[in-house]
Amino acid sequence: MKIGVIVFPGSNCDRDMYHVLTDVFKLDAEYFWHEKGLPKNIDAVILPGGFSYGDRLRSGAIAAHSPIIKDVKKMAEKGIPILGVCNGFQILVEAGLLPGALLKNTSLNFMCKWTSLIVENNKTPFTNKLKLHQKIPIPIANGEGRYYVDDETLKKLKKKNQIVFRYSEVVNGSSDRIAGVCNEDGNVVGMMPHPERAAESEINPIDNKPSSLIFESLLTTIGVKN
Amino acid sequence: MSLEPQELDDLTSKIGRKPTSTELQIVAAEWSEHCSYKSSKKHLKMLPMKGPLVISEKGYDSGVLDVGDGYVITAHIESHNHPSAVEPYGGAATGVGGVIRDILSAGTRPIAIFDGLRFGDIEKDLQARWLFKNAVTGIADYGNCLGIPTIGGEVEFDECYSNYALVDVAAIGFGKKKNLIKNHAKKGDLVVLLGGSTGRDGIGGSQFASDSLESENRSAVQIPDPFIEKLIIEAILEARNQNLIHAMKDLGGGGLSCAVSETADALSIGIEMDVNKVHTRESDMNPDEIMVSESQERMLIVTNNDKLKKLDKICKKFRITCSVIGHVTSNNMMHVKKGKKTCANLPTDVVANATLLDRPSKKPAYLKNIEKEKKLKPILDYSKMMMKFISSPNIASKIWVYGQYDHEVGIRTVVKPGMDSSVLRLDNGKFLAAKIDGNPKHCYINPREGAIGCFEEACRNVVCTGAKPIGMLDHLQFGNPENPEIFWTFLESLKGLTDFAKYFEIPCVGGKVSLYNETPSGPIKPTPIIGILGLIDKTPLYSQKITTGNCLVIIGDTKNEMGGSEYFEYIHKFVGGKCPVVNFQESKTNMNIVLDLIRKDLLKTVHDCSKGGLAVAVSEICMTHQIGCNVSLEKVPGPKLDVDRILFSESHSRYLLVLEKKNTKKLEELLKKSKASYKMIGEFGGENIRFNKENKHVIDLRVDKAQKTWFNSLRELVVHG
Repeated sequence: MKIGVIVFPGSNCDRDMYHVLTDVFKLDAEYFWHEKGLPKNIDAVILPGGFSYGDRLRSGAIAAHSPIIKDVKKMAEKGIPILGVCNGFQILVEAGLLPGALLKNTSLNFMCKWTSLIVENNKTPFTNKLKLHQKIPIPIANGEGRYYVDDETLKKLKKKNQIVFRYSEVVNGSSDRIAGVCNEDGNVVGMMPHPERAAESEINPIDNKPSSLIFESLLTTIGVKN
Repeated sequence: MSLEPQELDDLTSKIGRKPTSTELQIVAAEWSEHCSYKSSKKHLKMLPMKGPLVISEKGYDSGVLDVGDGYVITAHIESHNHPSAVEPYGGAATGVGGVIRDILSAGTRPIAIFDGLRFGDIEKDLQARWLFKNAVTGIADYGNCLGIPTIGGEVEFDECYSNYALVDVAAIGFGKKKNLIKNHAKKGDLVVLLGGSTGRDGIGGSQFASDSLESENRSAVQIPDPFIEKLIIEAILEARNQNLIHAMKDLGGGGLSCAVSETADALSIGIEMDVNKVHTRESDMNPDEIMVSESQERMLIVTNNDKLKKLDKICKKFRITCSVIGHVTSNNMMHVKKGKKTCANLPTDVVANATLLDRPSKKPAYLKNIEKEKKLKPILDYSKMMMKFISSPNIASKIWVYGQYDHEVGIRTVVKPGMDSSVLRLDNGKFLAAKIDGNPKHCYINPREGAIGCFEEACRNVVCTGAKPIGMLDHLQFGNPENPEIFWTFLESLKGLTDFAKYFEIPCVGGKVSLYNETPSGPIKPTPIIGILGLIDKTPLYSQKITTGNCLVIIGDTKNEMGGSEYFEYIHKFVGGKCPVVNFQESKTNMNIVLDLIRKDLLKTVHDCSKGGLAVAVSEICMTHQIGCNVSLEKVPGPKLDVDRILFSESHSRYLLVLEKKNTKKLEELLKKSKASYKMIGEFGGENIRFNKENKHVIDLRVDKAQKTWFNSLRELVVHG
């Protein structure tokens, strides 16, 4: 069982994600530089947060054209679990693997704060151990985190159960308070908040259990017995 | 951008000939106050710099402390005042970049950023507001992109900074002791310039910073590119892991001139380099410009021919440019060529060591009557005054600032900003608390006691988390040192800091002096900034939820020390009076007992008493924990004082402890033994913050209302003004 953590130039949550996967959840994880290909034996792929290419052009826009994205797309088609967090979410959106767009927060500022999520879909590989409508205390840290979709797409997202997380409060002006979505098949998930910053009790002042269930869901999905 | 006449004579006699134009540029940069510390160096030696945990190596730009189990932390502080006053976004951002590279130079990964920001009165002054807003964005955009959390700092507004800005940035690094770069070089080694291209930005920046700010010189301000810096960090740490770096130095003030001459001087080698080999942004740059450009995101590395291939490979991976610009010689000369033509050939010790000055000092005339108080207008309604006070820019919560900084990335931040000090977890199971503090209002009234107060306040802040202070960073910011009165205030502050550091055995592990901080209306107030690093062996004090019936205890006396207080200056618009004085013995007693009580797990939370006094400190606890409190002012220990003095005196060495009732007996036993002055002064509960005297409410505020005002007023002012 192996999880690939993709590193783009400017990724900066890759080491945090790797730490949580390996040290906290004892998973076998490996970094993959964006110019490399992904080997066939990868069971899940995570695109961590950061500022790939310094957010030049648009956040995620350049990284979405990295050579490794071809492999990510192939794996997405095969149904392999793929998670994009923060900039990773922005990249998945720019790569066309997830619907919508991420715009500047309504505050026009970078926002780093703790908020909470509500689970709207607990059928994905990253949420199957969470309860529907469960609350997750979690931090956000982004400047372009306002999820936007047009009304028609929003209707479709609702119909196909593609809204995975909503904010419990109005945080940044996201359409319908959406914080995370998945593709139609449910195996590709993107979210703006950082579960890797909330999964350990030492750094989570509120409750680390719900965030750790995101990782435990993945454990269950890819068949690691714990 | 030139040398003083006597400096030119000095240089000419040292090298025995007339210097070339490139030589003049190189020496002018290196002999500037900013790079050479020529006014301050003689005196800085008084600070204690050694200690059991201090690791000193030649050529380090940052301090190194051993935190056990094979790990070290590195720390450094810098300012970017002149650039930020002209172009706050770029000035502040490149300030972050520079101090981060100092941390990187030692071979450690930067893990935290701190910022100390000072501007004019943002309530009235729109330019100050503009400077503030953009400096914060500059720091946020740079630090956030690097993925290094900005976890603490301070913001202050004072009219003495009108049309000016103080932007101080400190950074902390962490790594394995065995991975520290032990700077060394031998003949034939290669000198490599790695990172961003050299352009025409920041030309003469160090001289610009070594003079009073008279004209807006935007070309002297560097342009930030955090993306390149991030790539450099990763590339260099990879090169470090492969043992490819013999010596390393970041390019900061003075650009190549300083990096090359200081590296050569520190390692007792010579360096021969060719400006044609430097990768430049523009094709027509002349040698003088290349040597003094302060373009950002560049590192100088000494390596050898065998290792160069591997270094090249790493640079290719990250798509950063690395150019071999020269090689190491054994003749202790800095030889700069353009192709075959020699542009400069100077002994490195001459370049790197400006003649130090012994500037005259004289006690300033303004201090003669400063301690006299005037009769103040009585306050009719303290509750109303208090609401105004907590919404004032200096007292209001700084959440608008730190909410824009990614303070979680790196997942080390176990105690988050907004508390007395943030705490980071380290890989060896220990914790690091750090804080920077300044107080120019106190320092103006008494430069010595004010500086000591900053030192003690920073110590108090880390002590509140359970950390023992292990190292200090100082950043001494003053006006024009050629004015003997200003130079006196510099010396007084330095002496005060030295005395405190020696008494508490806290070594100074790094520092910086920034002089010529002059505004159109005169010099800034003396502004020493002190950074304290504190170590926690086991577990930090995680602030616990305060509940009804919990007790409030104060340690330390409240004295009649109102000079430079926010109450005098903001409410009464009066500058004067006696500023708080730290009693070293009391300070030590109180610090030790607080640490002991935390270790014995008797406390729910600890908060220090500082700006705004007891009234603000108690309110901060209540507003943070959303609970009311009843405080009896007659119980506050210390000499008998009027009620406003008890509420707003900024006496040092005071701590507020919150604990459960059941722990009070044990607490009193320990406090009695410690000989610290203390009293139980209040109880938590209800929805109001109340300060009572003789059964009357002197102050009575609704917590929810106060909290909303405290949290929102700074943002309201900046965003909606």
